[in-house]
Formats: sequence, structure tokens, C-alpha cells
Amino acid sequence: MITQGKQKIWSDYQKEIPDDHWYYVRSCIRQNFFPASEKMFTEITRNVLGKDIYETPHHTTCGGIAYHCDTIPQETVMTIVARQFALMTEAGYENYVPSCITSFGNYCEILETWHEFPELEAKIRENLWKACRREFNKPKYLAHTSDLIYHWRNQIAAKAKYHLVNKETGEPLKIVEHIGCHYAKMFPSKGVGGAEYPYVLAGMIESWGGQVVDYPERRHCCGYGFRQYHVKANRGYSVSNTHKKFESMEPFHPDAIITNCPGCPYFLDRWQYVIAEQTGKTYGKDGYGIPVLTYEELAGIVLGYDPWDLGLQLHQVAVEPLLDKIGMEYDPKAKYLGLNKEDILRPELPKSIKCC
Amino acid sequence: MNNDNKPKNLFDELCKDYRFKEGFHTCINCGTCTAICPAAEFYKYDPRKIVNIVQTRDDQQIEELLKSDTIWYCGECMSCVTRCPRKNGPGLVIIALRDLSARLGYFTESEKGRQLLPLTHIMTGNILNYGYCVHPKSFKWEDHKESGPVWKWHTEHLEQSLARQGANYMGDGPGILRKIPQESLDELKAIFDVTGGTERIAIVEKYSKAKAEEMGMDFEEYEKQAFEYCSDKHFNH
Repeated sequence: MITQGKQKIWSDYQKEIPDDHWYYVRSCIRQNFFPASEKMFTEITRNVLGKDIYETPHHTTCGGIAYHCDTIPQETVMTIVARQFALMTEAGYENYVPSCITSFGNYCEILETWHEFPELEAKIRENLWKACRREFNKPKYLAHTSDLIYHWRNQIAAKAKYHLVNKETGEPLKIVEHIGCHYAKMFPSKGVGGAEYPYVLAGMIESWGGQVVDYPERRHCCGYGFRQYHVKANRGYSVSNTHKKFESMEPFHPDAIITNCPGCPYFLDRWQYVIAEQTGKTYGKDGYGIPVLTYEELAGIVLGYDPWDLGLQLHQVAVEPLLDKIGMEYDPKAKYLGLNKEDILRPELPKSIKCC
Repeated sequence: MNNDNKPKNLFDELCKDYRFKEGFHTCINCGTCTAICPAAEFYKYDPRKIVNIVQTRDDQQIEELLKSDTIWYCGECMSCVTRCPRKNGPGLVIIALRDLSARLGYFTESEKGRQLLPLTHIMTGNILNYGYCVHPKSFKWEDHKESGPVWKWHTEHLEQSLARQGANYMGDGPGILRKIPQESLDELKAIFDVTGGTERIAIVEKYSKAKAEEMGMDFEEYEKQAFEYCSDKHFNH
């Protein structure tokens, strides 16, 4: 596709993103697998950019993963979401920002379904009152946390300590962007840039000095598939889809991958380890894998945070080759230390994929 | 096991489902959904055929579908929704079919359908006990060796590692992996009771227990097999 064509599509799919005062809800998967990314989101938005990001301890899962594992009825997930909206309403907010893409898709679907079928919204309001004695307003604005980092990408660039540029060659780093399926595939108008050529992560990469990699399977699912991962017997589905993506991106020699979905960075990272252990094949240079980052981790690198404060030690694929290309300063010996530099040993090394 | 709540007409029952209302219009059988589908590449799966069977309105064929492995192959990525030229959502039709299969107990008739029991226990257990869909207390490295040696190390030093990441693990107040207050967990339980979530768990267990008995297995063995066993009949290659 010619560049003007992409820019036309991107300009058709823009959404209004208020600049401040967001009610924040966390992601089940990200809290488990990339906890420091959520820490970095609040650090950057509150302390670096000075934004009002409110959180209450009473919010819970939205139920989205259980719903897409077909284990809870539609009315159950809708009423859980209604309770989340009630907590937002009670806190005095009207801009709602979830950290999870499954949640974001879940909220988009529910709001759209209530719009199409007002009698269902009335039923859910009744359910919520019966169960919790709560009432709610629907959010005036709904955005994903990656939408907010996209919205503030140039402010982050203005404070950058590092850029996505190879310090040896001066060339922009080649970055693959992977968008979670439920970000815009169901409702293209709800995502920045639409479903076919989303701009939400591409915009960050360009703003921070990198070059976006276009490759044939760019829009293919990472392979999470909900029940296709959570049930042990089905995990071949998940690794096969990741394998397809890596085979497709390999000829373009990406320096890193960034994602905006909770599961995708986990699967794209861990299945590289499994593919290497099973077949001996690695996709990075010299036996390393391709580092897979969340957008907060990448923003944190650009802003010059300590990589171990960003949680990069919880990746199975080593991130050091990327940090070295950027020219980031870090202490390799501090990678696996606990809080207050406590010695909590080190992970074993995998057999096939190289780790630092 | 005899089904005592089978509706008179399965297609009419599907039509009551809002996902079905949103996702089922006139299918022209172009196969775009199958071409884009990650599951169709991996499994013997063709979403085009599923939507076509449903639009025949033939109850016998729909019942066979509800009892088959086929409807459980989809990963609900919804890639099909973006591309369908007629604004169908085969993935939404699948969700409605799975919901009906669960309600009628037909899920126990297939290997992939029987996985609904362990999935229900994992997901609803996490929600009702902790307020999360995924939680460190139930996500064990032993069940997830693909998570690698780094995750083994992380789980062996869970509290120290999470503290290093800035989490508030099982702590009071806001933050990452905080303890969800008991009154909030009580509200989730009340929501399950009012909206059919609790009843759904009981239905899945009832039909699964009956199937375990029919297969001559104790319940624990049945659930373990459903979680771990994979025959080779499902794959394209």
C-alpha cells in the first residue's frame, strides 16, 4: 500500500481522547505477567506528565477472559462491567481507561449492544441494583491505555533520554508493532487508525525515532485464543500461530516487537523460548530471540528508566541486545536482584535460546 | 443423560441470543471468514460451514453441531468480524452456539467440549475467590512450563519479585495484584447469583458428572483428562 493510502485510512480513523482526568482499571493478565508495565503507566502519566489517573481498590476483573472462555453468561459479564461503571460514576469520573485489550473490546461490545438493544441495558441496570444496590452512568469517553500513551507520545519524545536509533549506525531501529485483536477488529472506529492499519503503536514508534516493519502476517493473532491457551491440551494452537508470525517477520530482521495487548507480549516472548527448545531455531541474531516489549516498557526505555525497574528481567527473551543497540546504560549484575538489592538467586538458563 | 430442558426449536433458541442477533445475517458463503481464521489453519475447522449449517435452520444439523468438537475450535479473536462483506460475525455465532451447548449439556459429547469443566473451575474460581480472571495462587509453573525458567524463578520468589516490580501483592489499598476487598468479592458473588453465573457453574458440573459416570471415570480423573488429553483427530496437518 502506498504511504498516502495509509495516511488517508489513518486520518479516517481518529478518535477524541481527552487530555486529563481518567478513571483507570487494571488488567488481570498484565498484573500477573508484566506488573511493572502498569507501574510504569501510572509513573509516566502521573509523575512525568502530571495527569490525573484515578484508581479504586474496589474494582475487579471485567470478566472478559472468563466470558471468552465461554464460562460465564452474557448477563454476568455485563453486570460485572456495569458495577465497574458504577464505581467510576461514584468517583465522579466520566473518562474510562482500561489497561487490558480484552477489557477494552469487552466494554466496546457491551456499550454497542446496549445501544442496539436498550431493553438489555435496562435488564442489566435491574440486575446491578438487585445484586449490589448500585447505579451507573456510561462513560462519556472510552480509551485504552495505549491510546493515552499514543496521545501523549510527543510529550514523551520531548523528554526522551534515548531514541529508537542504532547508536553505532545512526539508523532507525526496525520495530514490529503487534495490536491485540480485540482493540479494533470488532469495532474499527474505536481504535486509532482502524483495524487494518492501526496507528496507535506505529505512531509511538515513529515519534520515538524508530521505523515500523510491515510484514505479511502483521495483523495475524498471536494465538492466545482464550481456551486455546488456558487448557493444556490446546496450547499447540497458540504456539503455531506465534510461529507463523515469526516466520513471516524473520526476513525483515526486526530489532524488537511492541504490543498493546496483555497476552500478546507473553505469548510472543514465551513461544520463542518454546520454539527454540523444540527446534533449535531462534529469530534474533547470534542465538538470541527478538525482544518483545509492552508500550510502557518502550516508553520507559526512551525516558531512561532503569530496565530492571521496568520489569524487563521477567522476559524469557533477553532484552540486552536491544538496550545495547540503543546505547542504554544499565547494570547487568542488578538484573535479578529483589527489592533493596536482596539476592533472590537467578533463573536457570534455557538450553537453546541465548540469555544474558 | 436425558436432556429434560431441550427447547422445541434450536434455531429459535439461538435467535434469542444477543450475540446471534448481532452476528448472524445473510451469509453468502464467500469463505472470507475461513480465509482469515487462525483456527481454520490449525484445526479441521471452517467457520463458513458453521454459519451455513445454522442458516439451514435444520434442527438435526444444529444439534449435531452443538455436540461436536467443531464449535470449540474457534479462538474468539474476531478477525472474521472485520472482514465479512455482509457484516456477519461468525465468532459471535460461535459464542451463541457454545452458550446453548453449555446450557443443554451437549458440550459433554465432544472431547473439546468437555474442556468446559476445567475452564469453568479455573475462571470462575479465580473470579469468585480473588476477583481476577488470572491469579498467581492458581497459575502454577508446573501447569505452564512454557512460561520458562524465568517464570519458575519468579514464582519461587514470588513476593520478593513482585515487590521489586512495584506490585501491592495481596495488600490493602489500590495497586497491582492488590487483595480485592471482601465486600467487593461478595458483590461479584451476588452478581453471579442474580445473572445466572452460579447456575451455569452448577449446570456444567451436573452434566460433566453424568458424563464421567457414563465413561466409567471418577470426577477428578475426568476433569484431568479433559484438561490434558488431545487426540490427533483435530488437526489439519
